[in-house]
Amino acid sequence: MKYLIKKLCTLIITLFILSLLAFSAFSIIGDPAASMLGTNATPEQVAQLRHELGFDRPLLVQYGDWLSGFLRGDMGTSYSYSLPVSGMVLEKLPTTFVLTLMALALNVAAAIPLGIAAARYAGGLFDRVVTVLNQVIMSIPPFFTGILLTCLFGLVFRLFTPGAFVSYAENPWGFLGYLFFPALSIAAPRTAMTVKLLRSSILEQLGQDYIRTAYSRGSSRTMALWGHALRNALIPVITFTAVSVAEMVAGSIVVEQVFSVPGIGRLLLASISSRDFPVVQAIVVILALWVAAVNLLADVLYQYADPRIRLS
Amino acid sequence: MRTRTLALFLSAAVMSTALCGCGGQGTAGTGSDGANTSQTGGEPPANELTVGIAQDLGDSLDPFTMTAAGTREILFNVYEGLYKPDASGDFIPALAEDCAISEDALTYTFTLRDGVQFHNGTAMDAEDVVYSFNTCAATSVDSSLSAALADLVSADVVDERTVAVTLAAPNSDFLAYVSSVYVVPDDYDGQTTAPVGTGPFRFVSRSVQENVILERFDRYWGEAAKVDKVTCKIYEDGNALMTALNGGAVDLVCHLTTSQVQGLGEQYQVLEGTMNLVQALYLNNAAAPFDDVRVRQALCYAVDVDAVLDLTADGHGTKLGSSMYPAFTKYFDDSLTDLYPHDPEKARALLAEAGYPDGFSMTITVPSNYTPHVDTALVLAEQLAAVGIQAQVVEVEWNTWLTDVYQGRNFETTVVGFDAANLTANALLQRWTSGAGKNMISFQSSEYDALLEQANAITDDGDRTSLFRQAERVLAEEAANVYIQDLADMVVINKSLTGFQFYPLYVLDLSQIAWTA
Amino acid sequence: MKKRLSGRAAGPTNWFLYLGAAITLVMAALTVLGCFWTPYDPGAMDSLSKALPPCPAHWMGTDNFGRDIFSRALQGMGATLFISLCVVAISGAAGTAIGAVTGYFGGWGDEILMRICDAITAFPSILLALVILAILGPGKWNVIGVLGILFIPSFARVARGEFARCRTLNYVKSARLMGAGPWRIMVRHILPNTAPVLLPAVSIGFNNAVLAEASMSFLGIGVGPADASLGRMLSDGQSYLLRGLPWYALCVGGTIVLLILGFSLLGEGLQRRKPAF
Repeated sequence: MKYLIKKLCTLIITLFILSLLAFSAFSIIGDPAASMLGTNATPEQVAQLRHELGFDRPLLVQYGDWLSGFLRGDMGTSYSYSLPVSGMVLEKLPTTFVLTLMALALNVAAAIPLGIAAARYAGGLFDRVVTVLNQVIMSIPPFFTGILLTCLFGLVFRLFTPGAFVSYAENPWGFLGYLFFPALSIAAPRTAMTVKLLRSSILEQLGQDYIRTAYSRGSSRTMALWGHALRNALIPVITFTAVSVAEMVAGSIVVEQVFSVPGIGRLLLASISSRDFPVVQAIVVILALWVAAVNLLADVLYQYADPRIRLS
Repeated sequence: MRTRTLALFLSAAVMSTALCGCGGQGTAGTGSDGANTSQTGGEPPANELTVGIAQDLGDSLDPFTMTAAGTREILFNVYEGLYKPDASGDFIPALAEDCAISEDALTYTFTLRDGVQFHNGTAMDAEDVVYSFNTCAATSVDSSLSAALADLVSADVVDERTVAVTLAAPNSDFLAYVSSVYVVPDDYDGQTTAPVGTGPFRFVSRSVQENVILERFDRYWGEAAKVDKVTCKIYEDGNALMTALNGGAVDLVCHLTTSQVQGLGEQYQVLEGTMNLVQALYLNNAAAPFDDVRVRQALCYAVDVDAVLDLTADGHGTKLGSSMYPAFTKYFDDSLTDLYPHDPEKARALLAEAGYPDGFSMTITVPSNYTPHVDTALVLAEQLAAVGIQAQVVEVEWNTWLTDVYQGRNFETTVVGFDAANLTANALLQRWTSGAGKNMISFQSSEYDALLEQANAITDDGDRTSLFRQAERVLAEEAANVYIQDLADMVVINKSLTGFQFYPLYVLDLSQIAWTA
Repeated sequence: MKKRLSGRAAGPTNWFLYLGAAITLVMAALTVLGCFWTPYDPGAMDSLSKALPPCPAHWMGTDNFGRDIFSRALQGMGATLFISLCVVAISGAAGTAIGAVTGYFGGWGDEILMRICDAITAFPSILLALVILAILGPGKWNVIGVLGILFIPSFARVARGEFARCRTLNYVKSARLMGAGPWRIMVRHILPNTAPVLLPAVSIGFNNAVLAEASMSFLGIGVGPADASLGRMLSDGQSYLLRGLPWYALCVGGTIVLLILGFSLLGEGLQRRKPAF
């Protein structure tokens, strides 16, 4: 319980710092009144719009206004699109959510078997190949992976049409199909890291006393691995995977750009450059909440996987 | 032995999952593309069109407060005025059948077309027209339009099909402004997000950063549009747009650069027009050393426009000598383009005369989202280095550019392109009069101001034209800016499509485009 | 040779260390070379040799302005490495100092600083960098400042752990008995002993800095066009890739991969070298 409270405090501090940061950012770099009116407007018109939107009020008043609105569930209206922010963000959120989830699924599906196999045959050919590949894949930034995948599977093999994104509402299967390669680009480096961690974690467990005890009772190496070592070896992997999710959310921002997936990351980038403050603020807070939720989930799983914590 | 089998099974399982994932997803993806977009085969599965656009309609969709050129370009198909421009730059009757101008050129009496309906089903009447004139005068963000409408004494309903508009002073450009006064229903207030007009296409929906969907308006008063539905797909990233073109996900893309249209698939053809922009190295005439006409002229001599065209666009584009582009055939003065031939020696001499024998350092501020301008700035910086001027290219965001450079006038030089909001010479030239709020470069010339004032006071078309041309010459001789070019506008279109037309304005007319198959 | 049970045990030859050091040295040497000499002026444009494929005259070909990509890549590597070096220097120094103090003394100061570090790391750093760079605007020094600050927690955490662990070790206790002050103990006694843990952290930090800088420049919020970095060049190169002119993106992307690979192998090697605790 104490732990949970500590976590929640951290979360509130994070959100407060972030929203204040984002808010002051916009007061320093200027408000969107100029770009809302374009090059054919006079300075007087801009001044008037600035007044209408309340940009001439003190910063703290503006922040208080936003905060009280947000706490009541009102995220405001986009300056550039004149649409409610909640609708815009909710429309994009599923895309990025599915993209990250898919990357996570690929990550887990590939990393766990590969990590186990590499550990089981540590020092063998398979292990060496995996180790070398790991180092290389870890060194390729997701956006370069994305470029390579687009080139290879999109333009040479024509497995997908780059740029032909369809929304989930229109065609769920086409949507999932289009997201496969972006998800792969995001997942690749994290998967390599997870394989490496799982491998060394299993090897560490296999060297522990309780495994030696198991051997002495007549367990085979395989039984020791599956029956005893694996469960303990997975504990650090769970924590690492939680971190991976945060990194994948960040990775999706870059990769969405490469594959032109209209997700939350693209909306964020565009909103930053058009100074669409309510949208940026909403996205920043939502992403922070998301990452925090994943971390909490990991803590729960962690306790489930590690009986020592449960018993005490 | 047992363990080995298990491991084999394991790795086989991993492989097959990966392969299934790949194959399954890939097939699903390709299948869906075939169903959704008209590509590869050339023959569309439905009478639909997919247009790639580089800019989201990310501002208000209201006809009077929309600002982005990209928004005006698409909504040209949704909104109409009493008159509308055609591809040759003439104004043709649209919602008005006819217009009678009084002897003193102060009263315009428009006879409205019968049976015009708005997209929401209501019929257009004189009340709507008067409402539109008044709303436009009150809210328009186009300052040349609102200035023109400020002269409006009244817009009155004469009868259900007749509207009389009275001006305080004669204005020979008035029909051009009328074409920008889009007619909207007087009892509808959702224009900012769901526009309702009278055009050949009606607005269906938009999805932020994804698409804007238009459908043919079946009760259109004139010749109906050729395709049933247009999906404007948004690719804000230039590379993403190129990827989509290469994959065949779009049928039509405008405003591409020459390097972007190289090596495209066989299903496309490339059309070339001009962007209708005045691209120049705009100089802050109020800041040293650009307050010295010799320095400005030296810059003009130092720049090799042909080389700029070669390096940025393989020689495509039209050289300009003043703030006027060739689509304005009447006003464009070809002779000004050769006023400053490339002559580094002369540039050095002028710089020495002005007190900068060793050159100086300057910054070129460019909005980072416009690649052609950034490219031009990079080439200019190289060319200026040859005469001893150290130019540093600084990229800023569009919003920063608008605030600091355009409104704050806090810059040394900048490369951008100005377009004309409507088909009048004033749309390009009024900007540089001494007192104009939009005079970003703080150009001061009493001669120029007088010429423009004179031109706007008279109604004889020939005299007006020659006065405007004289004003252009003043801009060129004073070297107000280093004029570069009207960019080449490359349009990539599916070979099976016909009916694409270049306009002298920044608009995309979708109504004539049709599939031939 | 018998199968080793533990992958952690250092083998006869630490290939990771040697290979990583070799790649890093070669890249560093090329970068230093690029500071003094490049085959062509990286900014020189030439309309006659536009978009050439790799050839003996232009090892990586030329871009759409006819600029030599190899020369630009050398220069870009310099920009990227300079930024990464500064970032690691700033965050390494500040992070170690903060971690040392909080780890050695503990208490409520430790608690507060660690909560702040948690708050920063709870959010993907590139997102934070995006928001902050939106305040400051793009540019080399801004990128250095932002990443330098954002990377502090990772170093602080490692250093704190080490200092907290060493505080209770016998050699520290005896130093304290001999009358050494806390600052002297931290700098003279503990710091040299944290090298096996801090060195890999530095190499990982380098790795992350290169990656972050490349990502941000790729998104167009990093350095300006004047000091072309590798990420920016890759973003330019992406459009060529699609037009069937893949060398630009592949060469530049390959350079980024080699840089990161060098550091990550080096870090791996350093970690393998350290004895197991």
